[in-house]
Amino acid sequence: MLTITSIHKGIVIDHIKAGMGIKIFHNLNLDKADYKVALIMNVPSKKMGKKDIIKIENEIDIDYAVLGLIDPNITVNIIEEEKITEKRNLQLPDRVVNIITCKNPRCITSVEKYVDHAFYLSNISKGEYRCLYCDEVYAVQEK
Amino acid sequence: MVREFLRENLKFSILWEWILMDECPSSASVVDEGIFLLGGEMTLKGRHLLDPSDFSLEELSEIFELADSIINDPASFSEKCKGKILATLFYEPSTRTRFSFEAAMLRLGGQVIGFSEPSSSSVAKGESIADTIRTIACYADIAVMRNPKEGAPRIASMYASIPVINAGDGGHQHPTQTLADLLTIRSVKHSLDNLTIGCCGDLKFGRTIHSLIKALGRYKNNAFVLVSPKELQVPEYILNEVLNKGQLPFKQVEKLEEVISELDILYMTRVQKERFFNEEDYIRLKDSYILDNEKMKHARPDMIVLHPLPRVNEIAYEVDDDPRAFYFQQAKFGMFVRMALILKLLGVE
Repeated sequence: MLTITSIHKGIVIDHIKAGMGIKIFHNLNLDKADYKVALIMNVPSKKMGKKDIIKIENEIDIDYAVLGLIDPNITVNIIEEEKITEKRNLQLPDRVVNIITCKNPRCITSVEKYVDHAFYLSNISKGEYRCLYCDEVYAVQEK
Repeated sequence: MVREFLRENLKFSILWEWILMDECPSSASVVDEGIFLLGGEMTLKGRHLLDPSDFSLEELSEIFELADSIINDPASFSEKCKGKILATLFYEPSTRTRFSFEAAMLRLGGQVIGFSEPSSSSVAKGESIADTIRTIACYADIAVMRNPKEGAPRIASMYASIPVINAGDGGHQHPTQTLADLLTIRSVKHSLDNLTIGCCGDLKFGRTIHSLIKALGRYKNNAFVLVSPKELQVPEYILNEVLNKGQLPFKQVEKLEEVISELDILYMTRVQKERFFNEEDYIRLKDSYILDNEKMKHARPDMIVLHPLPRVNEIAYEVDDDPRAFYFQQAKFGMFVRMALILKLLGVE
């Protein structure tokens, strides 16, 4: 059996859809982390069947917008003294900058490379964002 | 202190745009090199026009009332912009819109500088929009930009210390055409409410249509009849975010003959060759919807026909003699409304 030790202080990102853990790992730049990080894949789950989990030791300052964009159903547990002190449910952020890029070939961001790629939440129930510049729709599920 | 903080931290950042979207026009105004006075008096001076919804209905009404005054007595406005310079930054060819802006500024007594194609400017050397607009802002008091890339004028506005007017950005928005359309409708139909508007032709790439639907959807009891081939129906975001979200009555049909009798306004557009990636698609669809006297027989006697121009063959020349054809008057209203817009954005009384 695979054993991952519990963490003393840090974050546990739970309820990640199986297979998406590696994407979050890269989007949070955890491959470049100088602290302890564990990515656990395909963990049995009553609710989800299978899920991924990421444990991060000694670090709580992560980009929640990235997590919300990938999957707003993810939960984030803040750990202090080996106990969960806070459970954070994620929501789709109202605005995201430089996390997703506009795919519209006619969008000005395809030419002017210095410009921030900025999107705002246009339809919360459908999880749709729109490019600030060209209004191109970006559905969260596409990621 | 607050002003200095805003000046240093927000002027060139994306936060600036967020604040614009949140605060304007309801509770903020932009004055003095683009600094916001939150909760201040609402004014059009120093503002940008990128999207028809940038201005409130009251502000639009203010512009139309000023346009009416200009139409009634153009001579009294002939020196209002003496000493002011308008820059026209046209990154793709345009005759009508550019001439309309230039004529508007000249009729106000101002002067015009600019380029009509990027090859005759530093843009050909690879200059960014941010650098172009910051340089132009040193010479001109107000700038007008047309660019084939969608969102280009928004970027210009983020870096500009002078008002920027979007004169068409790709297939996205063309707000001053919308102002011209609204002024024409208001003048001919005496109202912008309770209308059934038929939009016919290329509704997918036709930016004038997108702006028009957004704008007329803000007035009371308007309904839309969208006539186009399936391939050129309005984009999903107009459907979802404007028509469905605003609960505006609309229907999509393919044949103009079936609905022309229901319309108060018929807005025709051409199928634009430059908006197609594939020439075969263009050839197949370009003649889909042509308005002629036969179709006009079924229209109401008080229906009006509008068109942003230039037309190719979507309105037969025989229709020009029909008293319901208003597209050339519409071009003239376009110049008057641009005169009013320039005056308002420059804060010239």
